[in-house]
Amino acid sequence: MGEIAPAAAPLDRTALAELRLRLAENLRARAGEPATGAPRELLVCAGGACISCHSLAVADELESALAASGRAGRVRVVRVGCMGLCEAGPLVVVSPDGVYYQKVDREGARRIVAEHLGAGQVVRELELAWDAPDGRRLAGREVPFFAQQVKIALRNCGVIDPAAIEEYVARDGYLALEKSLFELSADDVIADIKSSGLRGRGGAGFPSGMKWQFVREAPGDEKFVVCNGDEGDPGAFMDRSLLEGDPHSIIEGMAIAGRVTGASRGFVYVRAEYPLAIERLGNALAAARRAGLLGEDILGSGFGFDIEIRIGAGAFVCGEETALLRSIEGKRGTPQPRPPFPAQHGLWGKPTLINNVETWASVAPILLRGPKWFAAIGTGRSKGTKVFALAGAIRNTGLVEVPMGISLRTIVEEIGGGIPNGRSFKAAQSGGPSGGCIPAAAADVAIDYESLQELGSIMGSGGLIILDDRTCMVELARFFLEFLVEESCGKCPPCRIGTRVMLNLLERITKGEAVPADLDTLEALGRHIQHTSLCDLGQTAPNAVLSTLRHFRAEYDAHVLEGRCPAGQCKALLTYTIVAEACSGCALCAKACPSGGITGEIKHLHVIDQELCIHCGACLSVCPTDAVDAV
Amino acid sequence: MSGVAPARGGQGRDDRERAAIRTGGKETMVTLTIDGRVAKVREGATVLDAARAIGVRIPTLCQHEALEPWGGCRLCLVDVTKKEWSGWEKMVVSCMFPAEEGLAVSTASERVVATRKVVLDLLLARCPEAPLVQSLAREYGIERTSYQENPEPTDCVLCGLCTRVCDQIGVSAISTVNRGAGKEVAPPFHEAPPDCIGCLACAEICPTDCIPYETSDLGRTIWGRRFEMVRCPHCGRAHITKEQATFYAGRGGVPESYFLACDACKRKQMAKTFTSLAVAR
Repeated sequence: MGEIAPAAAPLDRTALAELRLRLAENLRARAGEPATGAPRELLVCAGGACISCHSLAVADELESALAASGRAGRVRVVRVGCMGLCEAGPLVVVSPDGVYYQKVDREGARRIVAEHLGAGQVVRELELAWDAPDGRRLAGREVPFFAQQVKIALRNCGVIDPAAIEEYVARDGYLALEKSLFELSADDVIADIKSSGLRGRGGAGFPSGMKWQFVREAPGDEKFVVCNGDEGDPGAFMDRSLLEGDPHSIIEGMAIAGRVTGASRGFVYVRAEYPLAIERLGNALAAARRAGLLGEDILGSGFGFDIEIRIGAGAFVCGEETALLRSIEGKRGTPQPRPPFPAQHGLWGKPTLINNVETWASVAPILLRGPKWFAAIGTGRSKGTKVFALAGAIRNTGLVEVPMGISLRTIVEEIGGGIPNGRSFKAAQSGGPSGGCIPAAAADVAIDYESLQELGSIMGSGGLIILDDRTCMVELARFFLEFLVEESCGKCPPCRIGTRVMLNLLERITKGEAVPADLDTLEALGRHIQHTSLCDLGQTAPNAVLSTLRHFRAEYDAHVLEGRCPAGQCKALLTYTIVAEACSGCALCAKACPSGGITGEIKHLHVIDQELCIHCGACLSVCPTDAVDAV
Repeated sequence: MSGVAPARGGQGRDDRERAAIRTGGKETMVTLTIDGRVAKVREGATVLDAARAIGVRIPTLCQHEALEPWGGCRLCLVDVTKKEWSGWEKMVVSCMFPAEEGLAVSTASERVVATRKVVLDLLLARCPEAPLVQSLAREYGIERTSYQENPEPTDCVLCGLCTRVCDQIGVSAISTVNRGAGKEVAPPFHEAPPDCIGCLACAEICPTDCIPYETSDLGRTIWGRRFEMVRCPHCGRAHITKEQATFYAGRGGVPESYFLACDACKRKQMAKTFTSLAVAR
């Protein structure tokens, strides 16, 4: 296979169509779609998580093994974006065979080349496979983690090399932009987005088509298009993976919106903590400019559009759209009350269309495959798919895209592979710190914007943290609230002072110092903060507390009324004792005890003086024989 | 007080100009009700403007007519609804929400009062010794905060008036620093602010008088910076700082010498000139 010439010169529509055909079969094969004549390629996941497990070294090793076996020219190694199953990384896929290899190291790389490519034998020990309950062996794309997903926003992640614009083009890239420039009117595009039912994937779920229309209709000769990539939820990496794995899909979505709304400039706001996303997006922007897909007079249509990157300085509140816009302007990122909405009065006072990364990535497929196709996926008012970052107590941590309306049970048990270490599923925290907890009892509810809200949580941007039975829900609420207390911008009193007061109350509960009335104060104050705060940060800050109070009230009561932490996590409430049968008398605990509260002769049973115990848990963590009991 | 409030809203001048273009330069009036009373104001006015125009009092802390509305203190929250909203009400900040035709505003509904009480209760927890916060809280029946009192009491309510007026003047010598509970108003790096002109606007606009300063004919000190004064050549009064004179001269394109005389003496001088002209005629 020859070298693929990068698009160095501006393309016209004919050249673009040729480029689209050239690699189409390869790319179809990589995505697991029917294809003919696709060459053999080795796809290595170059997503953030796999890179941290040295996937780039694996890619280099594959290349040298290929060279050593004389296949260098015939089999190409492609560094693709995040494949999703981060838990099993580094991942390598042999295309078009569709064989997935997991946890591949350098030796594994050599074996894949020697055994799979050389001898035609799948390396069983490395193959990603799963034994189904009915005894069948499922491998590669058949494993439930992949089989249950529907990829729209992530369609190209893990399939294309994000640095190669021609690979994006081969996946019908920039075809939707062409359509919006030459075939559809601006109103047609808006009608399609509207009837697809697409809603904002950043969390609030506002109908995207309506937003587009507001900006289109807003008076003004200068307008802006903005991509919100300030993904700040701990444990969430949907936006990062998209920006790293398929930057052109965001560029294309924004360019289409520019054409439709009459904007000629766009901004992508990315956090500084995402250097790889910034680098790959920057390269993609440069490639799109070279190919004439950004800049003046795109494809001879007369329409001009360009995008700049703005890097955030690490404030969680800058994910709030009005704060984000101020930050782009170079001001301190503080939210502004709405109205006026950004659609009327956004960047520098001009009408501004702001959408989240995942929303932008969903635009092109809707225009290409039609709004009916998109609207057929999902539930009554929540259409299409949602990307979730699966984290916490779950076997398959990673990135998944599932149809709206899927149940939490399917996500946890099938896609996620269940809870590890023999523990049981207790709850899921959705929507990051601003979200709430969904109890295991609601695991069969069809997930969409409305049902999550009814459960006291939010869709949020898609963080999904799975909790097992060892999690203390009071401590969890305290943890998330502490994050928000620190991240509150401090503009309005309910958020600045109110969340601090709530945190004090929670700290008292986890220390066993609370009185029953504190729970009422917590609940009443939480409701007021929801209604009174200026922006979404404050309005959602009490969610973690209120949802756990609602679904796990007994756990709060145990802390307050009985001075007991049922999950055994709140150290101050635990009584530490040494089990006589298990103690080896090694005295490590006595050495570790900072209050000198453990006594005993070497090789004899040690005893904890409950008067001196400060509940730090040091003895528990050093005991080599697990003899320290904490209840 | 006239029933017409100035057309000034949260949308800034651009929108107002645009509204003027839309309406052919003519000002449109809108009619709304506030606590059952009818108010007629220019389009572009806020609900707070409309309430004040008809004498309905809504408490505020972060609002000042010299500055753009900010919506931060949450005291001016009111309930709004419209006939076509079929019973749905939403709570909005009246200092920024535009007065719209047919809007029905409740400034003292049960929900609004309960909310305002919580905000005041929280402010009192932060500023237990600030007389203004105490008296506002007392109006709503709160003598002591029901929450844990701030272990380090302050009188600063963080309304942002000081930093905003400093920005508005074009100086930006002080700003809010840090986030959340640790937020405060301060000069850069807590050092004497190099950009400060010692105009005292921040101290004078502060609703709780919590920005300390000293001023006399000998000099002025604020934010840890000492200023030399300009003394009026006629009456000898020290009326502005040298930095103020330089700043105003630079902004207004007027020679610095214009600011030597104090306003009172300049007026006297002007009156003398006019009188002599009249006599000469």
